[in-house]
Amino acid sequence: MVGPVTLWLAFFVAVPLLYVFVMSFCSLDQNYNVVFAFTLDNYARLADVNYIAIYMQSLLIAFLTTVICLGLAYPFAFLIARTVSKYKGVLYMLVVIPFWTNSLIRIYGWRTFLGANGWLNNALIALGIISEPLDLLFSKATTILGMVYCLIPYMVLPLYTAIEKLDKNLLEASADLGAKKLTTYRKIVIPLTASGIFSGSIMVFIPCLGLFFVSDILGGGNSDIIGNLIERQFQSGNNWPLGSALSIILIAVTLLLVKLYQKCGGDMESLGV
Amino acid sequence: MGRNAKMQTGKAAGRLYCLLIYIFLFLPIAVIVVNSFNSTTSKPYLSWKGFTFDWYLKLFDNTALLASFGNTMVIAVVNTLLATCIGTLAAVGMYKYKFRGRTVIDSLLYIPVVIPEIVMGISLLTLFSKTNIPRGMLTLILAHVTFSIPFVIFNVRARLAGYDNSIEEASLDLGANRMQTFFRITLPVLAPGIGGGALLAFTLSLDDVIISYFNNGQTKTFPLKVMESIKSGVAPDINALSTLILIGTILLVVLTQRSSMKSKENKE
Repeated sequence: MVGPVTLWLAFFVAVPLLYVFVMSFCSLDQNYNVVFAFTLDNYARLADVNYIAIYMQSLLIAFLTTVICLGLAYPFAFLIARTVSKYKGVLYMLVVIPFWTNSLIRIYGWRTFLGANGWLNNALIALGIISEPLDLLFSKATTILGMVYCLIPYMVLPLYTAIEKLDKNLLEASADLGAKKLTTYRKIVIPLTASGIFSGSIMVFIPCLGLFFVSDILGGGNSDIIGNLIERQFQSGNNWPLGSALSIILIAVTLLLVKLYQKCGGDMESLGV
Repeated sequence: MGRNAKMQTGKAAGRLYCLLIYIFLFLPIAVIVVNSFNSTTSKPYLSWKGFTFDWYLKLFDNTALLASFGNTMVIAVVNTLLATCIGTLAAVGMYKYKFRGRTVIDSLLYIPVVIPEIVMGISLLTLFSKTNIPRGMLTLILAHVTFSIPFVIFNVRARLAGYDNSIEEASLDLGANRMQTFFRITLPVLAPGIGGGALLAFTLSLDDVIISYFNNGQTKTFPLKVMESIKSGVAPDINALSTLILIGTILLVVLTQRSSMKSKENKE
């Protein structure tokens, strides 16, 4: 019964990743064909100052995105997970529905909304708040906005699950014993929902390093992330070995974070959304 | 302010906050839906020129767009069937039998879930190019099944957590063979998990951009068609099709939810 899945995972997950690893040590001939001649050049090129600036930028964008997602999603998940409304199921579904519209076109929707001729600028001009359209697009801030937008459901869902499991009696006991609301949150709620915080953070941070189309559409080339570097080497740049070496960085960061997550007691199963 | 009044304002603030988050989530979708009714015909289709239903009709003349949507549907359906079969078998097998290499399979399963999609995309690209498999429909399906399988397995596994083995033993004791027991006892019990996994596989496939982008060759899926159009401005007919897809998916989910709720009621 596990035969098909074993073959599938071996051939389409393990082999390709090993092949990327091998390719990261390959060279190119004059016609940009990959040749199996061992070299460390690709890794040496990773230390290029321009590249390092982009890794830093990418990590910064991912970090800020994760913090903003957590800040926005925690109170939200708390409110919808603990509501007594009979529409609780609907409130939950409403978080998932945006997923079903293509993410590219939703990101383009933001570009339309924020553009010089977009709804926001038009509204502000109509209200007389501004006279000239604001230049809102193509910055790090808009890239982060797009990332937060794409990834916030991955933060909300694990938080929702963790908060829903919270035992109400504990909160009441804490209040009865004289704890202030803030103390209850700090000492009971946050520690007991830490699993959701960890898995949500990891599900936001890691993809944020790779979602190249968000920075393409909203960042306008000013806020490239590691994903953009890789994409270019496999498309226009046509340097697959260098692209593979760049991917190895992403794989390394992923492994590191997952290990850290497991060390903190994180359960792999809860990463499945 | 009394305690009650304080609680009331707290509640109102909470509601307002949730409303703002929902507005944030649905704002770009509103842009898409509104622009699908925009009668403008000049690129980049941004300024509002009045209301029209035309794009929903013109959509059916845009053969390239319809073909891309057809490809997306074929891939999504085939992907869902394959991933659901392989994933369900795997989940049941891994639950029942302890064997060596189980942990290896387990860790391989998590890779497509946690690794950035771009890494999955380029690694499959290098494999297909090395093995000379021409990129197109076939490679798209292979790629989609690869990232869908884990989600099916996790869903079925969640259902297996509360599974009572003795009903299978009873079935075998009563003279049913293993095949009959699997199809008439095991599968029906796992059905909600399998259905959830299948639905997830379907929607993931429908929406995939990055992995498809590297493995499509000349075959365009709907998301890739959107990507292509972004440079020149997304035309209202693409917005119209997106709106229809959204409505279709919502209907699909509402119907499956309703039927699973009904079957629950029948059991009780």
